[in-house]
Amino acid sequence: MAAIEVRDVYKEYQRDSQRIPVLSGLTLEVAEGDYVALMGPSGSGKTTLLNLVGGIDQPSRGRVVVHGTDIAGLGGRALAQWRSRHIGFIFQLYNLIPVLTALQNVELPLLLHRMSGAERKKRARTALELVGLGDRLGHYPRQLSGGQEQRVAIARALVSDPAVLLADEPTGDLDRKSAEEVLVLLERLNREYKKTILMVTHDPHAAERASRMVHLDKGVLS
Amino acid sequence: MKLLSLVLVNLGRNKRRTILTLLSVTFAIFLYCALGGVLDTLAESIKVGSETGLVTRNKISLVFPLPLSYRDRIAAVPGVKRVSVSNWFGGRDPNDPHNFFAQLGVDAATYMPLYRNAAFMSEQTACVVGEALFKRMKWKLGQTVPINGTIYPGSWEFTIRAVYRAKRKSFGEENLLFHWKYLDQHGMGGRALVGIYVLELSDPARASAITREVDAMFENSAAATRTETERAFQAGFISMYGNVPFVLRVIGLAVVFAILLVAANTMAMAIRERTSEIGVLKTLGFEHGTIFRLVLIEAAVITLGGGALGALSAKLLIEGSHFNAMGFLPPMTVRWSTVTAGVGMAVLIGAVSGLIPAWQASRLRIVQALRPAE
Ligand SMILES: Nc1ncnc2c1ncn2[C@@H]1O[C@H](COP(=O)(O)OP(=O)(O)OP(=O)(O)O)[C@@H](O)[C@H]1O
Ligand SMILES: [Mg+2]
Repeated sequence: MAAIEVRDVYKEYQRDSQRIPVLSGLTLEVAEGDYVALMGPSGSGKTTLLNLVGGIDQPSRGRVVVHGTDIAGLGGRALAQWRSRHIGFIFQLYNLIPVLTALQNVELPLLLHRMSGAERKKRARTALELVGLGDRLGHYPRQLSGGQEQRVAIARALVSDPAVLLADEPTGDLDRKSAEEVLVLLERLNREYKKTILMVTHDPHAAERASRMVHLDKGVLS
Repeated sequence: MKLLSLVLVNLGRNKRRTILTLLSVTFAIFLYCALGGVLDTLAESIKVGSETGLVTRNKISLVFPLPLSYRDRIAAVPGVKRVSVSNWFGGRDPNDPHNFFAQLGVDAATYMPLYRNAAFMSEQTACVVGEALFKRMKWKLGQTVPINGTIYPGSWEFTIRAVYRAKRKSFGEENLLFHWKYLDQHGMGGRALVGIYVLELSDPARASAITREVDAMFENSAAATRTETERAFQAGFISMYGNVPFVLRVIGLAVVFAILLVAANTMAMAIRERTSEIGVLKTLGFEHGTIFRLVLIEAAVITLGGGALGALSAKLLIEGSHFNAMGFLPPMTVRWSTVTAGVGMAVLIGAVSGLIPAWQASRLRIVQALRPAE
């Protein structure tokens, strides 16, 4: 069974009275444990595709099935719960909550799971140790470098142990060295922890680290 | 970390803004309750008068007196048990012009017929003072109190022979009562003019008939009378304030409304600044309802916290001030119902300022929230 199955998906946005087609009949399959790099020019719909797979947006037409769950069949509430269990998101600009410490940021997704405060804290710490930030638990995002912030964000994406990680240009805002650290980390998560990863990137070097590369252009894959 | 700690963290984001908003709600509710307290106090003072006791005064105005000769004629009206006299003295404390309290020249034997304090009754210049006033002034029994007359000019001296405790809080313990006879001899040259007659009835059911009979009796005299229940008399006293109660109410509501707009704007701003964070929370799986509650609780902490603070401090500070408008009013009261109404206003502020941003935040579509502002 494919981890991610996008079948004949159309997505168009409505702006004023204008319809903007973004994806037109797109089909993509990602096997379990695969690591796919998604490339394509700006505005080609990469983020849109990621949003559909992650269940934070609905396709205009077509099917998106992730680990056997058809996302179109889930309502708002069920969809939110499904996301919290099955998907980890990593954004280009980290999107950490500035008023929470690294540890609290990572604890955040666990607030939606039934567990004791101590258990929550233990898991968050483990996730931060995994990304090499076991000594930065009490730091606020502004006290961290961009690379460190992105690693906190990765720890947050990991902490509920989702099978699928969706990363939208995770190295887009980082210097070479920090980008490299993040890429090594993603590779490790894929190899050792068997996470299925779908990563959008503009950087061909980053894309090469993935096991597979797909190009999106004018709404279709090539 | 708990879900509610998110509320605290959010309140702490911009501490100055949070505190200023909270204080503005505190201030508005304080003012609302303080103004309400003035109305409460007026309402309490109306209760001073009983519905069955009657007061007869000069028809033209309270400031004009009546002759003492009316007394026996009023007493002869069937259903009237006892008639007493009382004159507003209106003196000032020579040591402190801002220290006001009421002094009344009364006929003690009829004004307080159950009161038998030999020391007071037998001495011409004796006075009896309310316990609250006695304590506030740190007086001692036997002490002589100097008072400057205004309506009855000259320097007056009264010797404290007794202290009374008011059965009805609204009667007040801020009064100084002395002998009307002394006032007549030394202030009116024996002209025997009476401020008001206080009628006690043996048959309260006849109150309105007695009212008419008394006033009819003096209709063609030099000084026509107006007789009404004590309560109505007090209410008439209050009516000297005209539209003030209405204006106070409007001001209180206007302040609440103004602060409501301020609070609503602040909350809307606070939430708008967090749009992308709310998008992140939703991406992580936080449901609409959770987001809604987080925002609403945040608004509630600010407005209810500020409101409770304002309402309670109004009760404590205003009742603690012992202000009683020269003894015209019983001591300032802020009724619990007014405190509750103040907190209710804070709930209203919280609901209006919190519900809209909460609803908007919970409805926010993730893709919109996460897109960098264009
Ligand atoms: N919410 C929206 N409303 C209207 N148009 C949208 C919306 N989201 C995306 N679009 C449009 O859809 C197209 C694809 O957007 P998308 O963000 O998926 O591109 P992208 O491939 O991720 O680009 P980039 O590499 O710049 O991030 C763009 O033309 C964009 O303007
Ligand atoms: Mg994009």
